[in-house]
Amino acid sequence: MNFIPPDFTPASSEIFMLVMVCVIMLADLTAGDSRRYVAYLLTQTTLLGCALLTFISFSTEITHTFNGMYVDDAMADILKLMVYGTVSAVLVYSHTYISDRGMLKGEFFSLILFATLGMMVMISASHFLTLYIGLELLSLSLYALVALRRESLVATEAAMKFFVLGALASGFLLYGMSMVYGATGTLHVSQLAQIIQSEASSKEVLVVGLVFIVAGISFKLSAAPFHMWAPDVYQGAPTAITLFIGSAPKLAAFGFVMRLLVEGMGEMSADWQGMLIILAVMSMAVGNIAAIAQTNIKRMLAYSTISHMGFLLLGFISADSNGYSSALFYVIAYVLMTLGTFAMVMLLCRSGFEAENINDFKGLSKRNSWYAFIALLLMLSLAGIPPMIGFYAKLSVLQAVVNAGYVWLAVVAVLFSLIGAFYYLRIIKLMYFDEPETVEPIIPNSDVKILLSANGFAVLAFGIFPQALMGLSLYAIQSSM
Amino acid sequence: MSFDFPLLSLIIWLPIVFGIVVFATGNDRNSQLARWISLVGSVLGLLVAIPLYTNFDATTGTMQFIENHVWFERFNVNYHLGVDGISMPLILLNCFITPLVIVAGWEVIKERVSQYMGAFLIMSGIVNGVFASLDAILFYVFWEASLIPMFLIIGIWGGPNRVYAAIKFFLYTLLGSLLMLIAFIYLYLTSGGSFSIEDYHKLPIPLTPQILIFVAFLLAFAVKVPMWPVHTWLPDAHVEAPTGGSVVLAAILLKLGGYGFLRFSLPITPDASHYLATMMIVLSLIAVVYIGLIALMQVDMKKLIAYSSVAHMGFVTLGFFLLNAYGIEGAMVQMISHGFISGAMFLCVGVLYDRLHSRQIADYGGVVNKMPIFAAFFMLFAMANAGLPGTSGFVGEFMVIMSAMKVNFWYAFLAATTLIFGAAYTLWMYKRVIFGTIASPAVEGLKDISKREFVLLAILAISVLWIGVYPYPLTEVMHTTVDQLLAHVSNSKL
Repeated sequence: MNFIPPDFTPASSEIFMLVMVCVIMLADLTAGDSRRYVAYLLTQTTLLGCALLTFISFSTEITHTFNGMYVDDAMADILKLMVYGTVSAVLVYSHTYISDRGMLKGEFFSLILFATLGMMVMISASHFLTLYIGLELLSLSLYALVALRRESLVATEAAMKFFVLGALASGFLLYGMSMVYGATGTLHVSQLAQIIQSEASSKEVLVVGLVFIVAGISFKLSAAPFHMWAPDVYQGAPTAITLFIGSAPKLAAFGFVMRLLVEGMGEMSADWQGMLIILAVMSMAVGNIAAIAQTNIKRMLAYSTISHMGFLLLGFISADSNGYSSALFYVIAYVLMTLGTFAMVMLLCRSGFEAENINDFKGLSKRNSWYAFIALLLMLSLAGIPPMIGFYAKLSVLQAVVNAGYVWLAVVAVLFSLIGAFYYLRIIKLMYFDEPETVEPIIPNSDVKILLSANGFAVLAFGIFPQALMGLSLYAIQSSM
Repeated sequence: MSFDFPLLSLIIWLPIVFGIVVFATGNDRNSQLARWISLVGSVLGLLVAIPLYTNFDATTGTMQFIENHVWFERFNVNYHLGVDGISMPLILLNCFITPLVIVAGWEVIKERVSQYMGAFLIMSGIVNGVFASLDAILFYVFWEASLIPMFLIIGIWGGPNRVYAAIKFFLYTLLGSLLMLIAFIYLYLTSGGSFSIEDYHKLPIPLTPQILIFVAFLLAFAVKVPMWPVHTWLPDAHVEAPTGGSVVLAAILLKLGGYGFLRFSLPITPDASHYLATMMIVLSLIAVVYIGLIALMQVDMKKLIAYSSVAHMGFVTLGFFLLNAYGIEGAMVQMISHGFISGAMFLCVGVLYDRLHSRQIADYGGVVNKMPIFAAFFMLFAMANAGLPGTSGFVGEFMVIMSAMKVNFWYAFLAATTLIFGAAYTLWMYKRVIFGTIASPAVEGLKDISKREFVLLAILAISVLWIGVYPYPLTEVMHTTVDQLLAHVSNSKL
């Protein structure tokens, strides 16, 4: 029997990433503590290399490899490029914070890169097992990252909670997948779709499996009522790690939902639509209402994330490419805003001082009017006020919802986003209307300065010219379906 | 008429660019520079708007000065601008008020001058954008964006309760506009993928959706106008805002709501407008009568003027929903005239507030002894506010009452009570503040208005009298458009 080696090119960036993680681990061992920047630079180089590889292999065709377990399509490439960019920005933003707090170990970089690899696998998986492997690679790296500050009690507690609940959710997911396997006899995403279409499988078992899969997904997305971990983890984790958890994995989670629900079980959209409506409404309600009561900025942003995930799920409800591309646009906009917001929080931290309370934003416009302006743009964007990108994200999702015939759902969504506007306005109020509690100036590194300014400006610029990202989202979805 | 130069874009973006430049002058060390750049910017903004009037073709009701470019294809949204006889006067009003506001804040604002001036300039550009937009999303973007500078103006430079007022202002207005957004999305889908407002005007819609769309629009515009019972944000915002903020709120931002009714509610949902006209008239009359009575009881001058604004804007909505030519034209004149009068009234209160730092009527008395010139100006504006013939306040009110008389005697009767109430609350306040014996040593020490203040009030006084005596140049430009609008509204779209 001849062994035919699989086509490695669709997975070339993943393979490169894996090799480089090992190189970084070894290089860091030899470089030692004094030359940690070697690992930092290598990490950034790795991300750049992956981006180049992905960019070169970019094609509009859908390529399957490894016996159909792996897929490379335009959506995967675009999502991966976004992930590289996001992770790279995370590293720039968090570099000072991490080194000030003695967490700048080699493990930090390798864990971040392993998590990134996990995301890449999730995005490109077309088989339930690969999906699960990618998810676990991401999750386990995240658990470890949260616990990176061993001596911190809150961080350890957050990691513990994250791990236990995460494991439970993975259990749900696996159980659901096994049900689906039982009903259809396949784990391949594309075959699954065909079998469901041919109605050769037992509908009851499939629906039960679907319930478990949706529950697992909503845990990973931190959609209510599976959101309980998010506020604790966001608050407990070091802010740099919160930034990481809150940003890039949401892109991967979007890919995950696309592969599982849309490509695999798209024929059952009538079944999961109802579930997603409930999850979306609950997330928007819980997220927006609970955020009002928070005084911890990270906790508040966690609830804000929950509400945004509710909005994101609304995009899937219409179950057509219009809706999916709206959801993709939403998630891109969300990641852009989250990056900037957490970077602002970290900017307010100094060595030995954690900016945790919303009052730390007090009088920011008097301490540094430029960063206050950037934060103003970000908050208005999160609240969905034009001409910021957050508005167009909401517009496109609402448009998809109304298009699917759920006008009432759109009304509910805007009412909750009205409630949400309040706590974003409160941050603006603290920055602009109140007197500062400290006069200490804010002195970021020049790379953070440039990136944060660019980030805040992008929120405005993509709002004034939204076509680029909107068009890209539509293209990504249409060429992959 | 062919007019290739992108005049409307210039009118929108020139103040915004100047606003950004003013921001860039930075902190208070350069505040004098910031003031002068703002003045130049706002005056240029007014000058570039003049060709809008001189080149305007009053014989047609179609859109003029049209600019149309693709903005983003994904949802077929266009950068589509144009004006007709309804929006053109409002743009001029806005461009006219902005330099006055800049000058009004010249010496009073000492902290963060560049931010204050910059915010007003940007606001001016955004409001021009609202009036000139012919694309629903473009309109919505400008509409919501106008909240941001106003929110900051009230919150940073306002009075003691400014935070409450700023957040209330923002959330109230946001509530209304979010439902309008859903109405836009609905129209986008039923019109087969167009956000063009002119397409919506032609789109047939069954009665039930029309009523729902009307209600969504109503919430957005009623909050802005503001109509009873969603007016409660206005007294708070007015009282806490700095003088310039109050002037812009009363003179310009309230007009956005009125404009919305003419551009959206009436032409897009004509059947619902007829169907619900009685309700709208009743709400307007409540605003006129009941809010008039409330104004009578105020002890705070700014609050009194704020309530009188609500009552006067009640006249505007009343005029719209009488659905005849006199009513709508009268309401338009009332909008413009209210822009001048309320702006002037707030400036007058600002003059007193800058000197005594009190808005309480009880703290004043006998001001005429110390500030005779000011008292004369204030007298004129108070009379105009009460609707004295010969001032602009009379023209609009008279036209609306006439048209109400055609529809129903009792409507006209109730509307006419404003001539009594308006005179009562304005003149009573005037009497208590200006006449009588000198109330306190603080009043004793008052100095009459400076040259800067004199120029401001004189310009407004001339405008008020000009429209009062000779409103023709104003009614002329809107006449054809209003006729066409009425013809459109009388055709059922079912």
